[in-house]
Amino acid sequence: MRTISYLLIGIVFGITMYKSEAASWFRIYEMFKFESFHMYGIIGSALVIGIVMVQLIKRIPIKSFYGETIKFYPKEKSFSRYMIGGIIFGLGWALAGACPGPMFTLVGAGYVPILVLILASIVGTFLYGLIKDKLPH
Amino acid sequence: MNWIYEPWPWYVSGPMIALIMFLLLMVGKNFGMSSNLRTLCTICGAGNKVNFFRFDWKSQKWNLIVVLGAIIGGFIASTLLTNDASVDINPNTIADLQELGFESAGKAYLPTELFALDAMTNIKSLSVLIIGGLLVGFGTRYAGGCTSGHAISGLSNLQLPSLIAVIGFFIGGLVMIHIIFPLIF
Repeated sequence: MRTISYLLIGIVFGITMYKSEAASWFRIYEMFKFESFHMYGIIGSALVIGIVMVQLIKRIPIKSFYGETIKFYPKEKSFSRYMIGGIIFGLGWALAGACPGPMFTLVGAGYVPILVLILASIVGTFLYGLIKDKLPH
Repeated sequence: MNWIYEPWPWYVSGPMIALIMFLLLMVGKNFGMSSNLRTLCTICGAGNKVNFFRFDWKSQKWNLIVVLGAIIGGFIASTLLTNDASVDINPNTIADLQELGFESAGKAYLPTELFALDAMTNIKSLSVLIIGGLLVGFGTRYAGGCTSGHAISGLSNLQLPSLIAVIGFFIGGLVMIHIIFPLIF
């Protein structure tokens, strides 16, 4: 049952990424050129609703569908890892035009070369794990 | 019924993303896609060499199922819900891109110069995908999250670290598009 729910949520996510054009390289380029409101509208409206939602969930003792308490995990405090890591991610996001969610959506949409990108991003994650202890965090 | 083939406007797409985050919370999970890349490393055996990948990947199986769904969703959306996949970007953006050599701007969903099958025999296109992927994979784990984990989940929970990461995403993206693109394309 839970497996089905994860799968269905994933399907809705995939459809949303494709139909919103957030999975389009062109939309990412246009966003960084500040030539359209589209991507800002998507992220901004998701965020406004998200903030209200999270605050409400924290105040109302709501349980998950399976009766568990809903947990939020605060991110550990740091500046350098978020700033440096974020810049590296941003460089790749703009170059490849896809982030770790939409890149899988594009596999389903039939773009074979995206597999090269996914493979490279797995290798990139591995390289991070390899030298992580030598990096400022 | 033609509306079904149209791209979704931002005011449909954004609330849908919030709904997806809500549904994941309601099944006891947190929205974040990039951790799957770490899980995939572990499945490939990276835990034998590097401590960072030594964890029980089965605890992350749920997120891989979300990924499987995202693939299926991409298939459904592109085949059943779309007639004309071309992305209607700003005419100024199209002009800019054509000047950089992206002739497919305004005519396709992804630039054919990078994502068509025959682009794979082009060293430059292949390099863009490989370098882009390496940066995404490395940076997202270094920053502890990507667009979903930081820009949506983290910022929704008013996390300062996520704000720093998102500012970083934008610095990186702006440098790439405005400074590096004119040099490489």
